[in-house]
Amino acid sequence: MASRRIKSLLVLCLSLFTLAYSGNAFANETASQTASQTADTNKVATLDSTAVGHEVKEFNVTETILEHIKDDHSWHLWGHTSISLPVILYTPKGIEVFSSAKFMNEHHEHIVYKGNFDYKIIEGKVKIIDATEAIDEAATKALWDFSITKNVASLLVSVFIILVVILSAATAYKKTGVTSAPKGIQSFMEPIVLFVRDELAIPNIGKKKYAKFMPFLLTVFFLILTNNFLGLIPIFPGGANVSGNIAFTMMLAVCVFIVVNLSANKNYWQHIFWMPGMHWSMKLFLAPIELIGVFTKPISLMIRLFANITAGHILVLSLICIIFIFKTVYASAIAVPFAVFIGMIELLVAFLQAYIFTMLTAMYIGMANEEHHHDHKEEAHH
Amino acid sequence: MFILEINPLVLPDIGLVFWNAIAFLILLVVLGKFAWKPMLKAIAERENGIEEALLRADKMKAEIAAMQNENEALLAKAREERAGLLKDAKETADKMVADAKDKAKHEYERIISDAQMAITQQKNAALTEVKNQVGNLVVEVAEKVLRKELSNKAEQESYIKQIAEGVKLN
Repeated sequence: MASRRIKSLLVLCLSLFTLAYSGNAFANETASQTASQTADTNKVATLDSTAVGHEVKEFNVTETILEHIKDDHSWHLWGHTSISLPVILYTPKGIEVFSSAKFMNEHHEHIVYKGNFDYKIIEGKVKIIDATEAIDEAATKALWDFSITKNVASLLVSVFIILVVILSAATAYKKTGVTSAPKGIQSFMEPIVLFVRDELAIPNIGKKKYAKFMPFLLTVFFLILTNNFLGLIPIFPGGANVSGNIAFTMMLAVCVFIVVNLSANKNYWQHIFWMPGMHWSMKLFLAPIELIGVFTKPISLMIRLFANITAGHILVLSLICIIFIFKTVYASAIAVPFAVFIGMIELLVAFLQAYIFTMLTAMYIGMANEEHHHDHKEEAHH
Repeated sequence: MFILEINPLVLPDIGLVFWNAIAFLILLVVLGKFAWKPMLKAIAERENGIEEALLRADKMKAEIAAMQNENEALLAKAREERAGLLKDAKETADKMVADAKDKAKHEYERIISDAQMAITQQKNAALTEVKNQVGNLVVEVAEKVLRKELSNKAEQESYIKQIAEGVKLN
C-alpha cells in the first residue's frame, strides 16, 4: 500500500519536473544568444554566464555556485532582468524600507544607498559603510536585516501555493460532503494526507495521541515538500534555495524541539535524567548523554535537510559548470545528461527529505509521549 | 579556504528566520483551522461511514442468508403440510367412499331382507287367506253337499252309520 503511494507520488514529481524543464528550455532560447546548441544547456548556461561572466573575467566555480545557493536581495530572472525586492532594515535610528533597486545603478553595478546610514550590498549582504567605502563593522552589527529577500519571497510564494491548493482541497469536503469520493485537487491531496497519517503519524505516535499532532506534521511536511520542489524549478517562481537554507531548517527544527519537549510526558524526562532500571552510577553517566540527545535530535533534523537540499543544488550546478571549466559546448554532452540524472534523483530527495523530516519528527514526538509499559517488569527484576 | 567561503551558508540570517517563523505560524494556524481539521474530520467520518456500511452490508448479508434459510424451511414445511393435507384428504375421501359403499351395501341388504320379509309375510298372508277361503269354500260346499245329501231320512241314517263305523271307539 505504502510503496504504491510513494510510486504514484514519484510519477507526479517526475511529470512536474519534466514540465518545468521543458518550460525553461523555451524561455531561455529566446532570452540568450550566448549560444550553446542544446536547449537544455542553453538555460542554465545563460543564467550562469550572465550572472558571472560580465563582471568576472576568470570563471570562478565556487563563486558561481555560491551565488546560486545563497540568498539575494533581488530575484534574478534572466540576463539583466531581475525583480527588485523590498529591503527592510531595523537600525538604531529606526526602521527603513526601500527597494533593492536603489543598490544598483543603470549599469547593474552595486552602488551606495544613502539612508539613515550609507548602505551597500557586499557579498550579498547589506552592510553599513563609512566615508572611505570600508565596512563599518560596529554599525553593521547593530543592523537588523528583515528584508524580503529572494528566499523570503520564494517562501511567500510557496505559502501562497500551499494555502490555495490545500484550502481549495479542504473546501471540497464541505461542498461534496464526506460520503462522496474525492474529486480533482481533493483526490490529489487526500492520498498525501492519508500517507502522513497512516505511514508517519500513527505508526510512530500511536493511535491514541496522533490526532493532536497531525496539523503540525502535515504543515511541516507540505512546507518542506513544496519548497523542495520549488527549489528544483530553475526559473521564477522557483530558483530560490529555501529548504536548503539553514535559517529555514533551523526554524523548523526549533519548532520540532518546542513541540517535542512541550508535549513530553513524565516518563520521557525520567528516561533522560534518571534512566530507570540502571545502577545509580550508570544513571549519572547516562543523564548528560541523554540530555545532549534532546538537542542533537532537532539539530540533526536541521542539518540533514539543509545538507541534502544544498548538496543536490551544488551537484547540479557543478555539473553545469563543467561546460564553463572546459570552455567548450561539447562538454554539455556529459554535463547535461548527468545534470538531468541528478535532477531526477533530486526529485526523489525532495520527497524523501520531506518524508524523513516528518517521520523523524513523528518519531521524536512518539518517544516523548510513550507510555511506560516495562516499569513493573523492571521493578520485579531488582 | 573553501570551507570559509561556504561559511555564510551555515550562518542563519535573522531576517530569514523571522520571516520563516511567521510563514510557518501562519500556515500552521490557517491550515490547522481551515484545512487539516475539517479534512481529517471528513476523512475520518468517511472512513467510519465506509466501515459502518461494510459492517451493515455484512449484517444484511447474514440476515438475508438467515431469511433465505427461513424461507426454505418454511417452504419445506409448507410442502410437507401440503403433502400431509393431500394424504389426509385422500384418506378421508377413500374412507368416505368406503363408508358410502358399506352403507349402501347395508342398505341394499336391509332393503332386500325387508323386501323378502314383506314378500314372505304377504305370501303367508295370501296363503292364509287362500287357505281360509278354501276352507270356507270347502265348508260351504260341504254344507251344501251335506244339506242336499241329508235332506231325506234314510240317507241321514246311512251317513251317521258310515261316520259311526269310521269312529272306532278305542
